Amino acid sequence: MTFMGFRRNNGAVGTRNFVGIISTVSCANDITWAIAQKVTGCATFMHGQGCCQTKPDLDITTRTLISLGQHPNLAAVLLVSLGCESVSADDIAAGISQTGKHLVKIVIQKLGGATAAIVEGTRHAEAMAAEAAKAKRETCDDSELLMGIKCGASDTTSGLAANPATGQACDMLIDNGGSCIFGETTEFIGAEHILIRRAATPEVARKIKGIVARMEQRAIAMGADMRGGQPTSGNIAGGLTTIEEKSLGAIVKGGTKPIQEVYEYGERPLGKGLFIVDTPGREPEFLTAPAAAGAQVIVFTTGLGAPQGFPFVPVIKVTGNPGTYQRLAEHIDLFVAPADNAGDSITRAGQRLYQEILAVASGKQTKAEILNYGNFPNIFTLGPVI
Amino acid sequence: MISNKLMQKAVIFNSNDNVATALADLKAGEGVEINTAYKTVLITLVGAVPFGHKFSLTGIVFGSPVIKYGEVIGLATTDIMQGDYVHVHNVASARGRGDLAGGEK
Repeated sequence: MTFMGFRRNNGAVGTRNFVGIISTVSCANDITWAIAQKVTGCATFMHGQGCCQTKPDLDITTRTLISLGQHPNLAAVLLVSLGCESVSADDIAAGISQTGKHLVKIVIQKLGGATAAIVEGTRHAEAMAAEAAKAKRETCDDSELLMGIKCGASDTTSGLAANPATGQACDMLIDNGGSCIFGETTEFIGAEHILIRRAATPEVARKIKGIVARMEQRAIAMGADMRGGQPTSGNIAGGLTTIEEKSLGAIVKGGTKPIQEVYEYGERPLGKGLFIVDTPGREPEFLTAPAAAGAQVIVFTTGLGAPQGFPFVPVIKVTGNPGTYQRLAEHIDLFVAPADNAGDSITRAGQRLYQEILAVASGKQTKAEILNYGNFPNIFTLGPVI
Repeated sequence: MISNKLMQKAVIFNSNDNVATALADLKAGEGVEINTAYKTVLITLVGAVPFGHKFSLTGIVFGSPVIKYGEVIGLATTDIMQGDYVHVHNVASARGRGDLAGGEK
């Protein structure tokens, strides 16, 4: 099957055509935001990292920003640096430039402050947007797609309907030669034995076991019952009793195919097939991971109604909760009725979702895009702010 | 897109499960018939069970596993009767328990 995408000079295919305005550090966010408000066709990536952190966290930040800047949905990138941050804006610029896309770096302290940086940045963004506007969509094979998969604000209908339907769509994309990536390692706890059975190699099995143990230890190290944080109080109100129950319903969204590799946060997968990325479950940090991996579309299932998208990757909201679908229609793209002990309706729902994925990949606006909901993602880091 | 066809009041995912999930808000004392590929069960509810929440298909002894999707989702923290509402008041997780660290972990 095919969709209409933007083929970039390096061969990668985008589903959107933005000029990316990316902060290297949290201190640049106000300038990034100001430039993007002035020029149509820009998407921002603002975050809370980039300075006064330990080296492992600075490395995660650098890697993630490079991967985001390389994303094929960004025709060109304007990098906004303060000038004294811990991460190297030059390293980030060099990494993004490997794609061959047009990149400009502005440094607020060198330019003489906010006003000059906004003027200079706006001038560059305007020229980039004019150039990007010349790009045309062309027919692309669905094997070019990498789909991110997420569930958030889950209730029992997530495991009952929305996640199984998403698992079907995931299997279909992989059968068609495409790729999918999911994560939320916390929500493997209690279901990791099922994922381990699907590992393509013993090494992948070892990595799955390793990331789950690491995530559970982080929770245990806090000296409290994880319940309330995971599952959240909202999950519990929705009928999910334990992390094991949440996990068993959650992993269904990753379908049934072999798991080819486990990636660290911010890495870009190589090859095709089904991948895991080690992430927490919280939305602002999670959504950045599939975007950094290069996912051109993200399917996000929700029970109670998580509204947010991502600045430059379309996020399709799917619910199996009829009440949520009616109450929060402005945030939900697709409703999947809970299956009453019949797999057939889930298969049909998976096919419906697949058509929606191709339509959105071809330019159909998602509810989160229409409402411009999702401008405040973040990067997942581990250590203290120092 | 929401179908008005008669839906079951509850669903059982796996033949090994000892809990079912309500597909509607169910009342205390209500009789719930659940049809699966392998059996039909009739359960009389002890307490009310909201949409999406669980009730017990059998008696579950204190400390025994609570099973959904054919997998253990937690352990009973009290004796649970058939038809009881099953949730955080009578089931605990065995995972991520920093509060028990140094004890069992």
